[in-house]
Amino acid sequence: MKYTFEMILLGVGAFLALIGAGFAQDRHFEAHMWVLFFVLLAGTIMLMRRIEFSPASAGRASPPPPQSEYFDEVVKYGVIATVFWGVVGFLVGVVVALQLAFPDLNIEPWFNFGRMRPLHTSAVIFAFGGNALIATSFYIVQRTSRARLFGGNLGWFVFWGYQLFIVMAATGYLLGITQSKEYAEPEWYVDLWLTIVWVAYLAVFLGTLLTRKEPHIYVANWFYLAFIVTIAMLHIVNNLAVPVSFLGSKSYSAFAGVQDALTQWWYGHNAVGFFLTAGFLGMMYYFIPKQANRPVYSYRLSIIHFWSLIFMYIWAGPHHLHYTALPDWAQTLGMVFSVMLWMPSWGGMINGLMTLSGAWDKIRTDPIIRMMVMAVAFYGMATFEGPMMSIKTVNSLSHYTDWTIGHVHSGALGWNGLITFGAIYYLVPKLWNRERLYSVRMVNWHFWLATLGIVVYAAVMWVAGIQQGLMWREYDDQGFLVYSFAESVAAMVPYYVLRALGGALFLAGALLMAFNVTMTILGRVRDEAPIFGATPALKAAE
Amino acid sequence: METYTAMRQFADSWALLAMTLFFLGVVAFMFRPGAKKAADDAAAIPLKED
Repeated sequence: MKYTFEMILLGVGAFLALIGAGFAQDRHFEAHMWVLFFVLLAGTIMLMRRIEFSPASAGRASPPPPQSEYFDEVVKYGVIATVFWGVVGFLVGVVVALQLAFPDLNIEPWFNFGRMRPLHTSAVIFAFGGNALIATSFYIVQRTSRARLFGGNLGWFVFWGYQLFIVMAATGYLLGITQSKEYAEPEWYVDLWLTIVWVAYLAVFLGTLLTRKEPHIYVANWFYLAFIVTIAMLHIVNNLAVPVSFLGSKSYSAFAGVQDALTQWWYGHNAVGFFLTAGFLGMMYYFIPKQANRPVYSYRLSIIHFWSLIFMYIWAGPHHLHYTALPDWAQTLGMVFSVMLWMPSWGGMINGLMTLSGAWDKIRTDPIIRMMVMAVAFYGMATFEGPMMSIKTVNSLSHYTDWTIGHVHSGALGWNGLITFGAIYYLVPKLWNRERLYSVRMVNWHFWLATLGIVVYAAVMWVAGIQQGLMWREYDDQGFLVYSFAESVAAMVPYYVLRALGGALFLAGALLMAFNVTMTILGRVRDEAPIFGATPALKAAE
Repeated sequence: METYTAMRQFADSWALLAMTLFFLGVVAFMFRPGAKKAADDAAAIPLKED
């Protein structure tokens, strides 16, 4: 393969980054451009080493390798990136948890909690979750459309462009560059880059759908398309900003005051709704039927699930701004829509679980199915807890406490994490043409480590959050607050230590997965007894 | 009328009605005669060979 044009583009990009570093208006931008320069330079050199300098006639002698019907090479890269960023993101999560429990672990200035926390959230949501979504969407859209991925090398651009976004976002946080919007911390130039990558992603996905050979568009693709389109809209509107200088890292939002806050939480909640829910539901609607080898319980329910989710989620954002300067009617609107969201969410959960009806024994015999079922169960629990917390009277206790953190993690670790692990365990043997995973028993271990980790984490955060909320609102009979804020912080220490333990269990499971996936890719098969009840004879009969 | 008020009034009248009707239309469409067969065919898409 020749990548001459791509190599020249990267080289020009590296040169522009060098100019950016030279003429930078502030120290942060200068440092960030140096990072970009070295990343692009490394990319240029790697592509240069791939160029064949043999004469064109010699090149013609060896025909290009046969292309399979599907473009799976980029999916393979995506799966590896998902595993890698997952381990990194969980590791940073354990570190920030320990930083809260033991403040001495805050290393100034680059590795303090304030800079490490967005690194953790972005690494798990955008790097781990985003790579999982891109890889699985590329895999599923090709299979369910029976068409090769549209756009040729554009798929590679989406993959590598997204990795560059991740590296720029992550290094930016550690350098102290942020526009201080939750889940939208990267500054204007990184946002612009992500916009370009995302438009290419939309082109690849939509192009594949338009060139499909299957007349119907399978429901998983509807969810993925909604995720891609809505994220584009949210990203652009929330990041509307005016940079102070085109060679500087600082920008000012186009909105001010409560409008800015509402735009941010319209973005923030729909990042949950469309990135972490709609996209991952696409995974659920493909991988659970595949792994269980049964069609989805009710396809009609899945369509109604789709449209009700799409119509309701977009209104739920104001529940992040209860008891603020946001008008009361907007708060109530956000609360009502959040409560209504309970119905489509549980419709989808029931649809996922009931896909197993008639094959419930697979939960006992197939650890991958067990993982997926636990994921859907956590989806149900988190989408019950969320509407409950959005009710204003409940929110007055739970808001700003660790209960919110617990809620987010039961959704993110339980639902997003477990469904992604299930998808990875399904995909790796398929993509690399292996008979089975290196070890199915390790999947079982991963399942229990992850589940135990989430349960410890969520339970501890409930106790911590409710205690915090009660301490903050405790008045004595004279009308004075009983506890100072520092006292409520000191009371959290045991919970914070336990939370780090829960996170460490989850990380240990992910490390097992990384080992298992690596060994499977290398073609090893572990000699082990089959899972109790799983008859290997069944496999031979296929 | 200022732009905000005009848009606001459009949003909570005609736009709201249109979205509600669209949603009800989708639900009704899913329960039309023959939808069950079409849905079962669509549900089988992932289970065809890779």
